[in-house]
Amino acid sequence: MFDDLSRYLSSTSNQELVLTQLLQHIYLSLLPLVIGLALAIPLGWLAHRYRAASGVVFGVSNAVYTVPSLALFVVIPVVLGTQILDSLNVVVALTIYTTALLVRPVCDALDAVPFHVVAAATAMGYRPVRRFVTVELPLSVPVLSAGVRVASVSNISLVSVGALIGTGGLGVLFTSGFQISYTAPIIVGIVLTLVLALVVDLILVGLRRALTPWLRAGGTT
Amino acid sequence: MIEFQAVTKRFDDGTTAVDNLDMVVEAGTITVFVGPSGCGKTTSLRMVNRMIEPTSGTVLVDGEDIRKSNPALLRRRIGYVIQQAGLFPHRTVLDNVATVPLLSGWTRRKARARAAELLETVGLDAAMGKRYPSQLSGGQQQRVGVARALAADPPVLLMDEPFSAVDPVVREGLQDELLRLQADLDKTIVFVTHDIDEAVRIGEKVAVFRKGGVLAQYAAPAELLSNPADDFVSSFVGKDRGYRGLSFLQADGIQLGGVSTMGLHGEHLSGERPSTVGGPDWTLVLDDDGRPRGWLPPGVVIQGEPAEEDLRPGGSLYTEGTALRGALDAALSSPSGLGVVVDDAGRYTGVVTAQQVIDLIEERRKDAA
Repeated sequence: MFDDLSRYLSSTSNQELVLTQLLQHIYLSLLPLVIGLALAIPLGWLAHRYRAASGVVFGVSNAVYTVPSLALFVVIPVVLGTQILDSLNVVVALTIYTTALLVRPVCDALDAVPFHVVAAATAMGYRPVRRFVTVELPLSVPVLSAGVRVASVSNISLVSVGALIGTGGLGVLFTSGFQISYTAPIIVGIVLTLVLALVVDLILVGLRRALTPWLRAGGTT
Repeated sequence: MIEFQAVTKRFDDGTTAVDNLDMVVEAGTITVFVGPSGCGKTTSLRMVNRMIEPTSGTVLVDGEDIRKSNPALLRRRIGYVIQQAGLFPHRTVLDNVATVPLLSGWTRRKARARAAELLETVGLDAAMGKRYPSQLSGGQQQRVGVARALAADPPVLLMDEPFSAVDPVVREGLQDELLRLQADLDKTIVFVTHDIDEAVRIGEKVAVFRKGGVLAQYAAPAELLSNPADDFVSSFVGKDRGYRGLSFLQADGIQLGGVSTMGLHGEHLSGERPSTVGGPDWTLVLDDDGRPRGWLPPGVVIQGEPAEEDLRPGGSLYTEGTALRGALDAALSSPSGLGVVVDDAGRYTGVVTAQQVIDLIEERRKDAA
């Protein structure tokens, strides 16, 4: 089996294919993560601020998340009028999933910001938008980052499904491998997907640390 | 100056938090709002900076109707100290204090310089500016909260139970600090507490609220203790209000007595007895600077220096020129029944008995009648 693998990876055209699909995979999984987070923040805020809205927001996001990914990949071109093989379909579908997945963590993270700190900010003379961006959002990072890590792993695994409708990513290695009963590309695909998920997770942990220096500042001295 | 004119606040659930409040908070004073929970004291406070809007009535700050100001701009002109300090956990102490100047458009450099200055004003080391709030003790956090409220030098300061979460010893220190600060700054301070002792300790005027948001009495602390308006106020100020009232009586005219004293090294300082021997009466032992160290009980005979275990710890000390309450407490808490009187530097000047204090009170009462 290792012979198979080394033979597969020694071919320049295979190397190029793997690299292209890896980059495509990163693009297809991380762009929706960023857009989804940007959409989930206002929706999560809505659910946090207005309890009546939270039922609707959570209901819709739960329902959306239960739609099978393959079905969504097929439905989106019909709705958007894009080509069936357009990678935009995957970006849109994963953005919807990410948003649905992150709405609740955003709401929970905002709920976790101590009320008296927000009240103090208001009393200091913050206007609502500035208060949200400079006080509430930074303080929600510890809780929110857990949700973002889950969403990143979920996206990285879901992109592979896109290969079934031919949109690229490391899933292409699975489909082509299965078609010709050749295990080497499948193993390369699995390993790279895992490594990618791990690296992205480490980057997110690093990002959280960089954004929350106060959490490492020890207790009372 | 803050004026409440027929201010009423009813919440959506129908409860009346503040009922037709008419009062004037004088400029440059510490005015304390005190009362049981649900009496509307905090609601009244928060109507001053529009954290809560009144249902009806008008609030004026320095003669201006606050509804005419933009809430955010109004709040930057009114300092606010919240329960548990409410510091921003994600910002350093220095940046916390610089909050309002930065909001008002100061440069970061200027705001931080001002913040560093204020840390010293409230008795904190400037080096603490680099820490995060979680690295400070509760008392230090409260000081930072006060510094943050003072940063833009607002004429009005609102303090919402600021010291309720710290232990009694620290609280007393913070209260003294506030009084010291106020002597320099001369702000108009509204201070909310549920603790009547705190109210009479720091308030120049005290407003007692009862349940339902009705102002029960608004008076100077001495007046409140000696002349409560009704049964509610008299029960709220507590059954030992007679004793607490002594805080507002001066002790001038009290004749200090003397007692035999000796130094830490056994040297004879006063009295008739030789220094190596205790006597039939209590002997007060003083350190080299003349500060009381403890009492030597009657009949205890020692050779040379009195050892630490020979000494009985003294009671509270009464500083000359302060209120009568301290004199009575010194006498009651002293093992010898003689209250030790000291000067401003803490040096022994004489003793006073409980009887003397009582006699003085009786005399005053006769004079008043």
